[in-house]
Amino acid sequence: MKKLNFILAALLGMGLNYSQAQTPKGSVLIKNATVLTVTKGNLENTDVLVQDGVIKQVGQNLSAPSGGQTIDASGKFLMPGIIDAHSHVALDVVNEASSPIVAEVRMKDVVNPFEIGIYRALAGGVTISHAMHGSANVVGGQNATLKHRWGSDDPAEIIMQDAPRTIKFALGENPTRVHGRGNNIQPRTRMGVEAVLRNGFNEALQYKKNWESYNSAKGQKGNTMTPPAFNDRLQTLADILDGKIIIHCHSYRADEIYMLINVAKDFGITKLVFQHTNEGFKVAPEIAEYTMGASVFADWWAYKMEVYYSTAFNAAILQRNGVITSINSDSAELIRHLYHEAAKTQRYGGLTDDEALAMITINPAKQLGIDDKVGSIEVGKQADLVIFEGHPLSSYAVPQMTFVDGVKYFDIKADTDDQRQFVSATEMVEPVYLHAEEDHQCLQDVDAYFEAFQGAFLEETL
Amino acid sequence: MNRILKTFCASLLALLPVAAMAQIDGEFVKPRTGKFLLQNATVVTVTKGTLSNTSVLVENGKISQVGTGISADGAEVIDCTGMFIYPGMIDGGTRLGLVEVSSVPETVDYAELGNVTPNMQALTTVNPNAEAISVTRVSGVTTVLTVPTGGLFPGTAALINLNGYTPDQMYGGFKAIVMNFPSSGRRGRFDRRSEEDVKKDSEKALKEANEIWENAKNYLTLKKAGAELQYYPEMDQLSKAVSGELPLLIVVDAASDIQNAIKWVEGKDIKVIFSGVAEGWRVADEIAKAGIPVITGPVQELPTRQSDRYDTPYANAGKMAKAGVKVAIRTDEEENVRNLPFHAAFAAAYGLGKEEALKAITINPAEIFGIADQYGSVEAGKRANLIISTGDPLETKSQIIHVLIDGYMIPMSNRHIRLYQEFLERSPGLKVN
Repeated sequence: MKKLNFILAALLGMGLNYSQAQTPKGSVLIKNATVLTVTKGNLENTDVLVQDGVIKQVGQNLSAPSGGQTIDASGKFLMPGIIDAHSHVALDVVNEASSPIVAEVRMKDVVNPFEIGIYRALAGGVTISHAMHGSANVVGGQNATLKHRWGSDDPAEIIMQDAPRTIKFALGENPTRVHGRGNNIQPRTRMGVEAVLRNGFNEALQYKKNWESYNSAKGQKGNTMTPPAFNDRLQTLADILDGKIIIHCHSYRADEIYMLINVAKDFGITKLVFQHTNEGFKVAPEIAEYTMGASVFADWWAYKMEVYYSTAFNAAILQRNGVITSINSDSAELIRHLYHEAAKTQRYGGLTDDEALAMITINPAKQLGIDDKVGSIEVGKQADLVIFEGHPLSSYAVPQMTFVDGVKYFDIKADTDDQRQFVSATEMVEPVYLHAEEDHQCLQDVDAYFEAFQGAFLEETL
Repeated sequence: MNRILKTFCASLLALLPVAAMAQIDGEFVKPRTGKFLLQNATVVTVTKGTLSNTSVLVENGKISQVGTGISADGAEVIDCTGMFIYPGMIDGGTRLGLVEVSSVPETVDYAELGNVTPNMQALTTVNPNAEAISVTRVSGVTTVLTVPTGGLFPGTAALINLNGYTPDQMYGGFKAIVMNFPSSGRRGRFDRRSEEDVKKDSEKALKEANEIWENAKNYLTLKKAGAELQYYPEMDQLSKAVSGELPLLIVVDAASDIQNAIKWVEGKDIKVIFSGVAEGWRVADEIAKAGIPVITGPVQELPTRQSDRYDTPYANAGKMAKAGVKVAIRTDEEENVRNLPFHAAFAAAYGLGKEEALKAITINPAEIFGIADQYGSVEAGKRANLIISTGDPLETKSQIIHVLIDGYMIPMSNRHIRLYQEFLERSPGLKVN
């Protein structure tokens, strides 16, 4: 039986490679909307024409595409699909917590297209989420950027195959708790976190050098060199050094953020985004100068010591200091109303509509390296779109329809009671969960390391 | 060495005369009271409509007049032209003041050991200087019910105003004994009990609850009869719920548990409020028929079942209100109670409507707590718990300009704001020189 599973899994793995060619693409004409392009201003009574999944035209009096639907959006707002730069939705597991560095693991191997959280995110206008590894390790696994093509039964179909590689890093309380306190190995302190990073990258440099010497000797006459042993973990670190992977680093305190900037500088790494970044406001000029920005919570604080000295004005301070700033969820609940989370930057710091909307569209797109494809309403971009009743930054806004590649995956009028794609046959009675079942996932699956905590810590992770 | 030097400097500083203290930057602003005329605002009274170009006079901690042409004699005039005045918002369920940092057990004071501890008093545990209190009140949330949690009867919740330095100064005049109704729901993903075990556990807990209640009844009977009783603080407190001296705040969420709770309350001559009520929409008619008021929330929450419509938590308050249930809203939060108006806004957008949503965080909780003569609307004679804002406080874009609590003008500052002031334009910036 186990063997069969393995074969099936292997087949599925092959499927991953072959099925990326064709994902559904739609054609649609959305008429008379107030179009919030994010990058090119707001356009009243404007039509957006989508052909085969791509925005073809933005203007007035456009005619319907052949074979496509026409939607009257009079009195409604149209904005780009919302992008969540930090999510754990649609993942079967989150943490491979077994070592301080697990760069070799890949979230694309554990993507679950059946998770109801995808549909719920769509109902909140979210079309793309960055499905991240957890924060148990200094260097965590490689993340997957997902497109919310709800209804597909193929994990490969909901992975955004044209997005660049990203990897999870984590500093501070979580890796020191899991490894130092939980496992009695380095890192137990923030000093140890820096050492793990520097040791890891130095080892990767050595590994790279070994391969380089082997490769240059390979063609030479009389060469007897044997190839170095392939090591996926070190190869991944080497890929980071070569600029092939964007680092997304879970971080809270200013000191550790500054530390990682210095480590990155020392190793010539430039593709670096900070996640959570609650004390980012303290080192905003440094983040602005060197990195691809920060992805933050709108107002979460005080749930653990390293976020006690936070401010809800963090996003505004970062923005005003020139940091590319996004607002993320890290929660199956928050992902449902990121438009509202972004709006909080207007309460806390008075950001403009465009600045606030950019934090959930074009800015996270930049941080994921997909801003040439999505994140704004511009001709030539992929047609990920949301229609809102009410301005999306109003507390009373209600998302009406959500499109990915021009295909409608959410329509409030077609929303029926049970939207599950997959119903477990072994569950006789559907469980009732009284507390946010999928909230706070950054340290999911590491309970084994904390038997002493009796699971209580699960509610205070992040 | 450094530490010795610092201590030395600090003690020197303490010896300096008061005049030298003026050199310390950033003078602290204290809450101040007095006679205030909030002039020429749009007053959203909640109970008496919306009045334009209207003034509100505040003196002796109360609203003394609402109207036009009020004499400014002896009052500090606050020009509110173009501004809005709302009553202070009330959160019907929080842990505010009972915890500082939730992952640091030494700072968590809302959950005592034991199953029957109704004598645990939230009021005396509230830290008046908890950072979250100053962070919360500038949002216009002036009053909260702070609720202990834990066992079956975890303690006594208390209503507090978010200004003051002692429990007596903060106390808002309402207490309730909390009951976590035996639950057949799961606490989360990590709750891996079998269906059978879940059912067994909840039945066992309900049986236990009935026994405890019987004990409290007997205690009360004996006490009334003048019997000499042993020191029994749990029963002494619980008997106050039996006699109706204090209401029973029943925390209950799953539909079947709500039905059980309604049945459990039947025939008991007690005051009951339901709290949580996540699946209230499934049994809204039954709650309405029982005439039990509800404090529901959080609104921004996941559905309780995978098969539920995505918007069930948003729509819950509206559906219950439509069925005739009196509904107030809670955040069930500690550090982010400031999001109360946004929870209400989501309920408004998904069926409750703007007017009812505002009531659910002002006059409705005041009525449910039996303190509507003092709270929940802008009316002469009530406590001066007021918000002055640039617009609807349920909208994120609106700015809250002033907050008054018990007639005290609250400093519009807290650590979040001070960090903003310090770091918006940091000095030194990128380079030292």
